[in-house]
Amino acid sequence: MKPDGLRNQQGTGMSSESILITGARVLGQEPSDLLLRDGVIAETGSGLEAAGARVLDADGLIALPGLVDLHTHLREPGREDAETVESGTLAAARGGFTAVHAMANTEPVADTAGVVEQVWRLGSEAGHADVRPVGAVTVGREGRRLAELGAMADSAAGVRVFSDDGTCVSDAVLMRRALEYVKAFDGVIAQHAQEPRLTEGAQMNEGELSGRLGLRGWPSVAEEAIIARDVLLAAHVGSRVHICHLSTRGSVEIVRLAKQRGLPVTAEVTPHHLLLTEDLVATYDPRYKVNPPLRTADDVAAVREGLADGTIDIVATDHAPHPVEDKDCEWDAAAFGMLGLETALSVVQHTMVDTGMLDWAGVADRMSYAPARIGRCDTAAVGGQVHGRPLAAGEPANIVLVDPAASGIVDPRASSSLSRNTPYAGMKLPGEVVATFLRGRVTHSFGDRWRDSAAMTTNSRQRSPKGGTP
Amino acid sequence: MSRDLHSSRAVLDDDDVARALTRIAHEVVERNKGATDLVLLGIHKRGVPLARRLAERIAAVEGVDVPVGALDVTMYRDDLRMRPARALEPTDIPPGGVDDKIVVLVDDVLFSGRTIRAALTALDDIGRPRAVRLVALVDRGHRQLPIRADHVGKNIPTSMAESVKVLLSEVDGHDAVLIGRRGEASEVVS
Amino acid sequence: MIRHLLSAADLSLEDATLVLDTAEEMSRLTEGRSVKKLPALRGRTVVNLFFEDSTRTRTSFEIAAKRLSADVINFSAKGSSLSKGESLKDTALTLEAMGADGVVVRHAASGAPYRLASSGWISANVLNAGDGTHEHPTQALLDAFTLRKRLGELAGRHIVIVGDVLHSRVARSNVLLLATLGARVTLVAPPTLLPTGVDQWPCAVSYTLDDVLPSADAVMMLRVQRERMNDAFFPSAREYSRRYGLDLRRFSLLPAEALVLHPGPMNRGMEITADVADDERSVIVEQVSNGVHVRMAVLYLMLAGAASDGARDERRSERDQVNGAVSDGARGERDQAAGASDAATNEGAE
Repeated sequence: MKPDGLRNQQGTGMSSESILITGARVLGQEPSDLLLRDGVIAETGSGLEAAGARVLDADGLIALPGLVDLHTHLREPGREDAETVESGTLAAARGGFTAVHAMANTEPVADTAGVVEQVWRLGSEAGHADVRPVGAVTVGREGRRLAELGAMADSAAGVRVFSDDGTCVSDAVLMRRALEYVKAFDGVIAQHAQEPRLTEGAQMNEGELSGRLGLRGWPSVAEEAIIARDVLLAAHVGSRVHICHLSTRGSVEIVRLAKQRGLPVTAEVTPHHLLLTEDLVATYDPRYKVNPPLRTADDVAAVREGLADGTIDIVATDHAPHPVEDKDCEWDAAAFGMLGLETALSVVQHTMVDTGMLDWAGVADRMSYAPARIGRCDTAAVGGQVHGRPLAAGEPANIVLVDPAASGIVDPRASSSLSRNTPYAGMKLPGEVVATFLRGRVTHSFGDRWRDSAAMTTNSRQRSPKGGTP
Repeated sequence: MSRDLHSSRAVLDDDDVARALTRIAHEVVERNKGATDLVLLGIHKRGVPLARRLAERIAAVEGVDVPVGALDVTMYRDDLRMRPARALEPTDIPPGGVDDKIVVLVDDVLFSGRTIRAALTALDDIGRPRAVRLVALVDRGHRQLPIRADHVGKNIPTSMAESVKVLLSEVDGHDAVLIGRRGEASEVVS
Repeated sequence: MIRHLLSAADLSLEDATLVLDTAEEMSRLTEGRSVKKLPALRGRTVVNLFFEDSTRTRTSFEIAAKRLSADVINFSAKGSSLSKGESLKDTALTLEAMGADGVVVRHAASGAPYRLASSGWISANVLNAGDGTHEHPTQALLDAFTLRKRLGELAGRHIVIVGDVLHSRVARSNVLLLATLGARVTLVAPPTLLPTGVDQWPCAVSYTLDDVLPSADAVMMLRVQRERMNDAFFPSAREYSRRYGLDLRRFSLLPAEALVLHPGPMNRGMEITADVADDERSVIVEQVSNGVHVRMAVLYLMLAGAASDGARDERRSERDQVNGAVSDGARGERDQAAGASDAATNEGAE
């Protein structure tokens, strides 16, 4: 399972070895070779040769820029029984991610420079993916006082995304101040849009099904009302706001309208809201318990349309690991959340690419370029950790190779996460992440497509001009 | 039902059944020295119409209306757990009860004796008769318990591979006793 | 017969009729007899697993199981490991190790009995004795039994259910069962106490009690907690009783033979006045004694015999549900998903 491609994985530095990827369809276009050297893409084109380089035969594979997740729960510090930075970033690499934004709802909360630097450092040590900590908006995520946003921004972690995720910054004045304050360092507030009073004790999407199942309803309006308020607030103070895990048709419509008016809003949707519906809750199986809740088929259609037309800027996983005992219980007692890093790309292929709603260039935008832009890691902000760049010569060698023709049954036990709460267990999903490269270093490799440089050359050169056979 | 008839042969026709019941009615009264204190309890399903017919005949002979009731022994059966739970037929004990009465249990076919054992147990929970007697329209042998009938319409020696089916006009549209191959006729252990 | 009784919707018309007929027989077999016990569940173990206090329901199940000669174990929240935070799963595993044949479960969380039945933790038959604000199927059965005894067959009858439908598991189960039995049901409540989507339930809805009483064959008054006014469900207890309480004036609007039911415990003076509760057309006490017979019937039918093949089929594989309920643009699959969830909770409701 861990081929030689994984050697030299310690440390976050760039790889000193050269890797030649042959015949990969960059963003789904015509096959091309990619030569990775010194952590960057040294050369692209067909028929490339490189003495001493290890060669990966990427015939039939799609090459995308390394994926960037704007919404990941790594649980460390505090809940290392559910996930650690090490296990979570390993899962990220397996899912094709080269950078993840670690949410602030840890114990202690990531509301000081000390905590965000610790998380950032743990990420560097693990080395599977760059960890970009998200700072809490308010102290303790309690919604009363602003956290030291500037100190977190100025820290080694270079925080640019702030969120009380898990809790809504519902106080309008506090939200206004936060939006204003982060302008000083080009930060963004990522709002968990959930009006608290309308969702007290809420368990699932409010509708006919919640009434029938006797589970407390979670009305769409609780999400939509906050989004409407916050796009107006952001426009008023001239700051940017990012909407986390938007889940309803109404939310899509509000964001669409706001963008038409040129308001500074970006939005994300999770893979599970692109695929799953509230009908699953009829099993009372807490694997389907998530915040915001699974919605209706009509909402699913709306978020797909929104993602396709750019109303929704990005896909973010909201990867939320929970130990078995927090899910192996009755619905009310169970924790909210689902795993997502390892299955995100497959779900996006299934719901968006295979349906013709998005091409691979679109996937690169929604899962790499745009999230990196929102998180401000598309430029050399922190320690040269640049993501979401085109696959072109001179750019960092952050790359994911996907086999779109492969498919597999999701097996929770095979996950790299410490937790098992995937909602896709037993489902057949398309697409396999074959390899992930972080600054030219292999962070994930599956299958046996590696060749010695000597053995491969003829093989590869014969194939490349023909354009491969996807 | 029609399939049963095809592979079955009749051993008693409606006249035979009528004659057997008339004889049994006389035997019951004779044995009891009259109809006093008699209570007829038919065992579901076909024992119940048989008990009613016996009561009519006794009334014709003795001019006395003998109380008739019905007994469902489902919950007392020893094979309760071997089959899915069955619907209960009404158990109907005549107003006078069974205490100190001569209870005559009436069933269509006497076979293993297990139904009668269940009926005796059921009777325990209802009261304490002075005596219990048993009427069976057909005794086909193969007893698995030490039980015998006091009055029998007809003894029909059978093999275990055969089944005996009693048809009554109240339930089946006409009277007859059929023998067929087991597994084809629906009665299994009576 | 079904393997688990989790929702009134689990019961087909045939099943429901079988339960009611069997309950009829249970009442005949045990009324006025010196020995009230029947041997049907001899050697079987029934566990009353009560995570929520309910003396009357627990007692009713206990008497029912004992009259059928079952061994009864009461596991209640107070004074047991349940109050020490033992999980539903661990409790279930304990019961499995004890060899429980039937588990009667009352839980504050909707769906907890469903979870017990479908998680694979136990092999026992599960009977829902009230879960959260979801369902209370045996209460609906005893109400239907009580109504049928007084009114005869329920097909075409008009049953009015009044009060806090939103928080009432009794109302949910009654709507489903009465619809299965062919009765016409009208729910009456202030709009704040009706669930979202109630317009898709197999019943009518009204906000005005006086309008529906003249055509009612029976009116069922649900318990309304005074504390609900603190959550703005209604302005005050006085306003609630004025608009939705059953007093003598409203009682007189009912047809002469119409009945009054209440699942108890009553809030006299709130949803029902004392003189109406004590009227001879109020069958509230009768409901209690009928409860034992209905629960005997359910326990007998579910536990006495061998499990039927049909019952085993009822356990749908998890895989089917997962694959069926994803929204993946393929109409067929989505329809299948909707179908699956309907079958789980709304079967026979139309």
